[in-house]
Amino acid sequence: MKRANRSPFLNAVYATYIVIFFLYLIAPLLAAGVFAFNDSLFPSLPWQGFTLDWFFNDTEPKLGMFHDERLLRGLGNSLYIGVIVSALSVAAGTCNAFLFVRRDFPFKNALYVLMVVPLVIPGVILGISILVFASMIANGIDQGLGINLTWLRPGIPLIVLGQFSFLTTITSLVIAARLEKFDMALEEAALNLGANRLRVLTTITLPFLVPALFSAFVVAFLVSFENFNTTLMLVGSDAPLTITMYDRMVKVGSTPVLNAVSVFLMLGSGLLALLSVIVQRDRT
Amino acid sequence: MRSDTGKLSLILLMAPFALWIVLLIALPQFGIGYVSLREKVGPGEYELGFANYTAFLGEPIYWNTLLRTAWMSILVTFLALVVGFPVAYYIAKIARKRARAGLFLLCLIPLWVSDLVRAFGWIVLLRETGIVSSSLQWMGVISGPVELLYNDITVIIGLVYTVVLFMIVPLVSTLDGMDDAMLEAGYNLGGSRFTVFRRIIVPYAMPGLVAGCIITFMLTAGSYLTPILLGGKNSSWFTEQIYNQFITRYNWEAGATFGVLLLAFTSLVVWVGLRLTGQSLATTVAKE
Repeated sequence: MKRANRSPFLNAVYATYIVIFFLYLIAPLLAAGVFAFNDSLFPSLPWQGFTLDWFFNDTEPKLGMFHDERLLRGLGNSLYIGVIVSALSVAAGTCNAFLFVRRDFPFKNALYVLMVVPLVIPGVILGISILVFASMIANGIDQGLGINLTWLRPGIPLIVLGQFSFLTTITSLVIAARLEKFDMALEEAALNLGANRLRVLTTITLPFLVPALFSAFVVAFLVSFENFNTTLMLVGSDAPLTITMYDRMVKVGSTPVLNAVSVFLMLGSGLLALLSVIVQRDRT
Repeated sequence: MRSDTGKLSLILLMAPFALWIVLLIALPQFGIGYVSLREKVGPGEYELGFANYTAFLGEPIYWNTLLRTAWMSILVTFLALVVGFPVAYYIAKIARKRARAGLFLLCLIPLWVSDLVRAFGWIVLLRETGIVSSSLQWMGVISGPVELLYNDITVIIGLVYTVVLFMIVPLVSTLDGMDDAMLEAGYNLGGSRFTVFRRIIVPYAMPGLVAGCIITFMLTAGSYLTPILLGGKNSSWFTEQIYNQFITRYNWEAGATFGVLLLAFTSLVVWVGLRLTGQSLATTVAKE
């Protein structure tokens, strides 16, 4: 591109700005990461030497994250919630994608906007509204029939519902974007060759969608795993990792075990994101 | 026959969508709307009315918190735009092809790291015994430890940090589609750099810009962790009030009222934003 009117000085300023911006981006992550390996009781300078105690040590006061039962239980709950909610929202997102890409029906545009709306409702509001609504139903059933439905009270089922309510928008958009690129001639060819609709769906259309389904799953899983606002309002006794970690931060203050968890989370989500990028690249 | 099966499959496809929107989005919103109009007059006795809203208006602490959250969110959105636009432009238009993908990926990494970890990183950096404070002492700039947490500037820096990526990503994807020839034409016709920016780049980037601003604003106004962890006790953020009413005080009527007000306020800002720029939700946010 021709750029005769750009002075070298301005270019240098611009490049410096970009470098500073990325330093700003990386600095807190680096700070959170590095002190997981400092052999000290506090995540601060001076540097006391390298250690992996904050991951693997099994005694107080330097209890490593892999021996900290509450953190491990939180991790387990997060994985459990993440897998269930991602599977559900990918399933619902696939239906929505077919609905909006392939079908025509009255009020389609208005309903499409309605599908996007959950993304612009603050997470805290989604959380309290589902909490209130579920409690209303549970109280109604309790008074009317005398049955106490515990799954409508704060706990893992409500967290799943709360996260599902906005993750489905994300998965729908990801899957619909891929479905729009699908060449209908492929389906028509298969139909002409005598395949029935179900066969066409399972052998042609769904395989085409697999990369999108996979990356929708990964995105939903990561967002679920790190979600805080919606979860906070719906949490019962089985807290997921982010809530456990926040509790620790507020009650105990910063301890390097939280840095260790941070490193673990960064590595985990980095690997998952990388995997999803690779899968997408292979197929396109 | 054919159209009957077509109708049936349409209904089947529609079912999950309808259940999701009605049961998890629409009815719960009506639910908090209803609870917010309910006034407790005795144990187990309620009356419908606007008492909760008048109570909100009668308590300056409450509406001051909402106003504070509002203007800080708008400020953060504006700053994120100012900070993010040059970065997005650099990635989309100036960086070479190879560097472009790398920089874009680098932008996305913090996106995958939980808010909590990012806020924790800022705490490690900025608290009294933190890295910045001890480095400044070591360099001899200051004589004693200095507390950099728990003030508004830190909260704003932290919030911009949390949301700036959501500004950059939509901007990069719209700017990416802009033909360089448009810029050259602008310069060749004698436009100054500022004119080209104002008349060509900004209008072209408008959908991405509006999408970025909406997402950024919603995320900021609805954020909880960053203002509370970096702002401490006196952060007075509105989501914190909602949490306190709901969980700490178990006053669901007041909490629901706050929730409705926050939602009404953020929706209003988004609506005004869309109106002013002539965009719609489907052409901006859904484009991600």
